[in-house]
Amino acid sequence: MSTILEMRNITKTFPGVKALSNVNLSVEQGEIHAICGENGAGKSTLMKVLSGVYPFGTYEGDIVFEGNVARFHSINESEEAGIVIIHQELALVPHLTVAENIFLGNERKGSTGLINWNRANLEAMELMAQVGLHENPTTPVNQLGVGKQQLIEIAKALSKDVKLLILDEPTAALNDTDSEHLLGLLRKLKAEQGITSIMISHKLNEIESVADTTTVIRDGQTIESFAMSEPDANQDRIIRGMVGRDLEHRYPERTDHTIGEEIFRVENWSVFHPTQQEREVIQDASFSVRAGEVVGLAGLMGAGRTELAMSLFGRAYGRKHSGKVFKNGKELRLRSVSDAIKNGIAYATEDRKKYGLNLIEDIRRNISAASLFKLSSNGWVNANEELKVAEDYRSSMNIKTPSVIQKVGNLSGGNQQKVVLSKWIYTDADVIILDEPTRGIDVGAKYEIYTIINKLAAEGKAVIVISSELPELLGTCDRIYTLAFGRITGVLDVKEATQESLMKLMTQERSASAAGAGK
Amino acid sequence: MVMVIIGGHIDLSVGSVVALSGAVAAVLMKSHGAPFWVGILAAIAVGLVVGAWQGFWVAFVGIPAFITTLAGMLLFRGFTFNVLDNKSLSALPGPYQSIGNGFINGLLGGNGYDVFTLVVFGIAVAGYAYSAFRSRRARIAYKQPVPALWLFITQLVVVAAVVMWFAWQLANWKGLPIVLIILAALVLIYSAVTSNTVFGRHIYAIGGNLTAATLSGVKVKWVNFGIMLNMGFLAGVAGVLFSARMNGAQPGAGNMFELDAIAASFIGGAAVTGGVGRVTGAIVGGLIMATMSNGMSLMGVGQPTQQIVKGLVLLLAVAFDVYNKRRAGTR
Repeated sequence: MSTILEMRNITKTFPGVKALSNVNLSVEQGEIHAICGENGAGKSTLMKVLSGVYPFGTYEGDIVFEGNVARFHSINESEEAGIVIIHQELALVPHLTVAENIFLGNERKGSTGLINWNRANLEAMELMAQVGLHENPTTPVNQLGVGKQQLIEIAKALSKDVKLLILDEPTAALNDTDSEHLLGLLRKLKAEQGITSIMISHKLNEIESVADTTTVIRDGQTIESFAMSEPDANQDRIIRGMVGRDLEHRYPERTDHTIGEEIFRVENWSVFHPTQQEREVIQDASFSVRAGEVVGLAGLMGAGRTELAMSLFGRAYGRKHSGKVFKNGKELRLRSVSDAIKNGIAYATEDRKKYGLNLIEDIRRNISAASLFKLSSNGWVNANEELKVAEDYRSSMNIKTPSVIQKVGNLSGGNQQKVVLSKWIYTDADVIILDEPTRGIDVGAKYEIYTIINKLAAEGKAVIVISSELPELLGTCDRIYTLAFGRITGVLDVKEATQESLMKLMTQERSASAAGAGK
Repeated sequence: MVMVIIGGHIDLSVGSVVALSGAVAAVLMKSHGAPFWVGILAAIAVGLVVGAWQGFWVAFVGIPAFITTLAGMLLFRGFTFNVLDNKSLSALPGPYQSIGNGFINGLLGGNGYDVFTLVVFGIAVAGYAYSAFRSRRARIAYKQPVPALWLFITQLVVVAAVVMWFAWQLANWKGLPIVLIILAALVLIYSAVTSNTVFGRHIYAIGGNLTAATLSGVKVKWVNFGIMLNMGFLAGVAGVLFSARMNGAQPGAGNMFELDAIAASFIGGAAVTGGVGRVTGAIVGGLIMATMSNGMSLMGVGQPTQQIVKGLVLLLAVAFDVYNKRRAGTR
């Protein structure tokens, strides 16, 4: 094996911050190379240097690609050389078709200079077959799921004769099945076409299963780089390198564990699709949460977890509902989100950037956004009180920022999530629904979020956690409901539950589900 | 306009609404002999009705404001022609005229200068100093950083000196223009509304991230309705001022006003995508535009050149803003 890429002593400074300092990275031809590090460690910056987003001359050090020193001035030049980066946020145009997306910027032109669509569609089919996708190339991509869109991104990369494929958190938005498929594909591309991949990931078990070499970056410096075949190369070693300390327990211990009365109960809740009125997205769901209890909602993507949560949150999803919701024994009739908030229900969305935060506004105003009714009298906001509240949450939630008037868009994922949690805790809700609370945030911040969840439960709140990561549910919850195809298929006490038993319920088809529903 | 833009909308109908409200007021006063205050109220009522109409389509039917107000631009211009019967009306009653052209002068007498003007400005400066002092005390009570006392006082003295110098100039001339009082009141009220009320905050929230605002319990439809209603109200007020200043109503009045208002907002730092902007910024933007055209007119620069210069200034101002944001955003 030869070295395809070597990055030597890369240093990149931004005004006031040294994002990378003498980083070295060496990638062998035909391997899958994982890069790990906490959020803000500099992984993405390093990849941006490599792909020419930060052009040659704005950094120090050398990039040696295939034996030559590379000087990329733009993404186009790095793609020309065969380096393709797939970003965390997918860069597909939703209304264009699969083929149009695959050849975007790289159109298949005929001799007349016009696009030859027949040829483009045919080649798109071939490329899709390579990534194990069988779709009509004229389907608009927004009709496909996130998992398939990710595969289309890879097909797009293949169309550019990729030699080095960089994936930034490729499985962050995928469920376990889709992730497995994607990782399998990386192995296949490596074996059959000799494509080298660099994968940035927070999911350590994936790295353990797929990577040949792992490089750990912390605070803009390379900590170590080791082959995964080494005997002691395991998740613990990666974590140790990432956080600079041993994280003995990935889930904090629950100290106070008193579970009280039932606070929140849902009976026979059905929700219909907002545009297709006949389609039942949630069917006859019934569940309950007690004070001081953390209840998990497990389900594969498309099972209806988010739809269930949002429909309960003041009918934020869908128009037609049936069933009853009780809080403290009294039936609630929530007609809007503000009704739900006033009745002590909070819902932190799964996509904090898109649905949870106003990124161009500061921390202070994001925290107060859902509770202005508390901070105001006769419609006038008490700005001083608002600032004080924000300061209080900054210290109690450990939001790492120089000031609460910092724009939320400038924070790292973990800190953004803490702002979201602060916002909802400040509404004084006693039923708190957290949808994917740790998506895309690093190990250290995850631990802090888990601690916050425990604290909420200890304060006697009812917490509902929705998550794709089963170990996370097993680590934080008291009881776990499983959801499959819009039905609740079972409920397990965390002491009896295992990943296998949950997965079995999560994939259960309709026939047997009635028996396990409700409680 | 800046509130509409912060909310992520746009209003293209302002000019037509200005014309229509002025026209209705003029017709009532001239043809039906209504007193001047009926004219004012009627103009504002027209503005409110228009605002409610556009707010209904934007907020509850969900038609983008661009389309709704583009339709409104044609619609209300047409109504204006109908109301005025395609003719200009001029020579409005004296009190009405004075809203646009009048000065408050001589109420307290004076020796070649107007004491009343000075007194009003004096009270305004004192009020400003008092409120600045109070907010400083409140900030100290909440343990927030405040500028050093000497700096604070120097600031106050400088502001007071500049304002009083301006008052002296006015007093030596004709006295206090009524338009200035109205403008000052509107700026004060709307600055407070945008930054200190729940309604104002909700406008920023909607413009910044619509879904996040919805999921934070903001009643998006009602806020949007409020934005458009308020825009209609302000257009009505502008209609009164403009017709009073022109001393008449023309079918073509207020043409291109909306573009001036939009340009002023953007020069004043509002973002095209919504969520950012300030009332004071828009006023500064408006002043820049007005100063430029006034200055160029005095220098004898022709209309075509003026348009070119204004266009370039708008483009460069926004380009500068975009450039600044990009630099701040690189990380």
